[in-house]
Amino acid sequence: MFPDKLNIPLGKSVNALVDWLVVNYGDAFEAFADALLTVLVWLEHLLRAAPWWLVIAIIAAIAYHASRSWKTTLGLALAMVAIGTLGLWDKAMQTLALMIIATGLSVIIGIPVGIGMAMSNKLRAVMIPLLDMMQTMPSFVYLIPALMLFGLGKVPAIIATVIYASPPVIRLTDLGIRLVDKEVLEASRSFGASRGQILWGVQLPLALPNIMAGINQTTMMSISMVVIASMIGARGLGEQVLTGIQRLDVGQGVEAGIAIVLLAVVFDRIGQSYGKKSRHSAKAGDGA
Amino acid sequence: MSYIDIRNIYKIFGPNPQKALTLAQKGENKNDILTQTGHTVGLSNVSLSIEQGETFVVMGLSGSGKSTLIRHLNRLIDPTAGEILFGGENILNMTTARLNAFRRAKLGMVFQRFGLLPHCTVLDNVAYGLKIQKTDRQKRQDAARKWIERVGLAGYEDSFPDELSGGMQQRVGLARALTTNPEVLLMDEAFSALDPLIRSDMQDELMKLQSELHKTIVFITHDLDEALKLGDRIAILKDGAMIQVGRPEEIVMKPADDYVRAFTRDINRSRVLRAKTLMMPIDDNTQQAGSGDWPEIAADMRLEDILPIAIACPAGINVVNHKQQRIGTLSKDQVIAALAA
Repeated sequence: MFPDKLNIPLGKSVNALVDWLVVNYGDAFEAFADALLTVLVWLEHLLRAAPWWLVIAIIAAIAYHASRSWKTTLGLALAMVAIGTLGLWDKAMQTLALMIIATGLSVIIGIPVGIGMAMSNKLRAVMIPLLDMMQTMPSFVYLIPALMLFGLGKVPAIIATVIYASPPVIRLTDLGIRLVDKEVLEASRSFGASRGQILWGVQLPLALPNIMAGINQTTMMSISMVVIASMIGARGLGEQVLTGIQRLDVGQGVEAGIAIVLLAVVFDRIGQSYGKKSRHSAKAGDGA
Repeated sequence: MSYIDIRNIYKIFGPNPQKALTLAQKGENKNDILTQTGHTVGLSNVSLSIEQGETFVVMGLSGSGKSTLIRHLNRLIDPTAGEILFGGENILNMTTARLNAFRRAKLGMVFQRFGLLPHCTVLDNVAYGLKIQKTDRQKRQDAARKWIERVGLAGYEDSFPDELSGGMQQRVGLARALTTNPEVLLMDEAFSALDPLIRSDMQDELMKLQSELHKTIVFITHDLDEALKLGDRIAILKDGAMIQVGRPEEIVMKPADDYVRAFTRDINRSRVLRAKTLMMPIDDNTQQAGSGDWPEIAADMRLEDILPIAIACPAGINVVNHKQQRIGTLSKDQVIAALAA
């Protein structure tokens, strides 16, 4: 047995910290949560109130813009119809809203952090273990403090999803910028380009294919997180899976599972098509 | 004072260069410093003076520090010790803003693997330097078009770099460097990645441009033939140290050491040596003024062009300067002796 005397009460300290945050900054967290909730509720209403064919038409239009292929567009539209035929349209729209907000937030936070990591080796040294932790730590562990800070519901679900899903876009933004041809950078510097001119004119355009791949992975991970997020009260397809488990209703679980996979396929194909397009434009500039 | 003055430059690569620098300044050998401190000496006590309007070639094998040296001239790399002066101003004291302004106004650079922006068209690539200077769109595109035509790429304005051959891409690189109308053109192994025939074309093109533009060109190469063809003066670099600086004939006729001699052994001397170097000068004491029947050749004519004349007129040749005054004579035997040496 490991001697009890050497135990460090880390758990207690963490509890004390969370308590302290709740007591002292509860209002600030609440204000943040409210703002996030307002946006999410608005988007959710919009998606659920919109006629199903309009939503499918918009997704098909995006798919066509990304892929320029009627085949892909038709396939993805049919996948959306299939979700409807499973009777899960409304739940899928709830999940979709959650996913869009979580992915958007991940990208808004992730790209600047990734740029920072590419610019500063020190920030990178700090961020790499942090990102590893974010990806390996069981998500329930940070669901608990998120619950305590934001209460049950959609906001902690979004926070947990962002923590889980933002590492790929951060890592691939960093990687993409670091992989930019050194001679092209030297050329840019030799003409007297400032750091901003190099970032916007050279580094980001050339890193775009990698950044797009990162956004695609982040989207996929946030879809996979919706099931877990349903345990703290986020509605949607995850909730279906959860009740399926609770009632040992295998059929309901399978239906919801298929709907999640279909949604993932739709967004993966769209994301990949945009990735290919940006690779093409990074090389041949076919205006993305 | 020269236009560009490089004074006692040292460059040590590694995290703590000071100790290695002290050793290098004591004249220790590059390999000893590497084993003692783990630091690589990139450049060791290099001093150079480059005049305005000359084509100055730095020649060395890979690892000699030649690419490091040229990057010091626009501070893509900062030296560990030493001074770099442009027209009397030490560029190492410049702030970032001042340095960028200096790069924009005075320098253009051409790279070995071209360094073109793959996501921009030829037109946008060539206009890039002016875009950085925030010149308005119309003006910079007009200037770019002019130079695209000048380097023979008219009609390719809307192509992307990866649609062009290596030689064409380097023409884009050259046009891009010239569009900002810089005083100094830095060329880092600019033609080394090209096929021999294309390389020769590009060399001729550069010489033609230079005869009209009179830029100060610093040209890096590992190819002695290229150095001898392009250079007004040549510096030879080995292991980060300067071995010899001189005009092409000096390098060939009076190599400073065995290293340079080994290089010059295989080169085609008839392309380098000129009438002026080979001739018997006419001075007031010796009255060997030549004969009026002999053909006259210019003082800067190359040996390869003199040879057929010497064979046709074995008696002798008069060498004249640009004022058509006779300054020396050449005999067939002298020409053959120079070739055989």
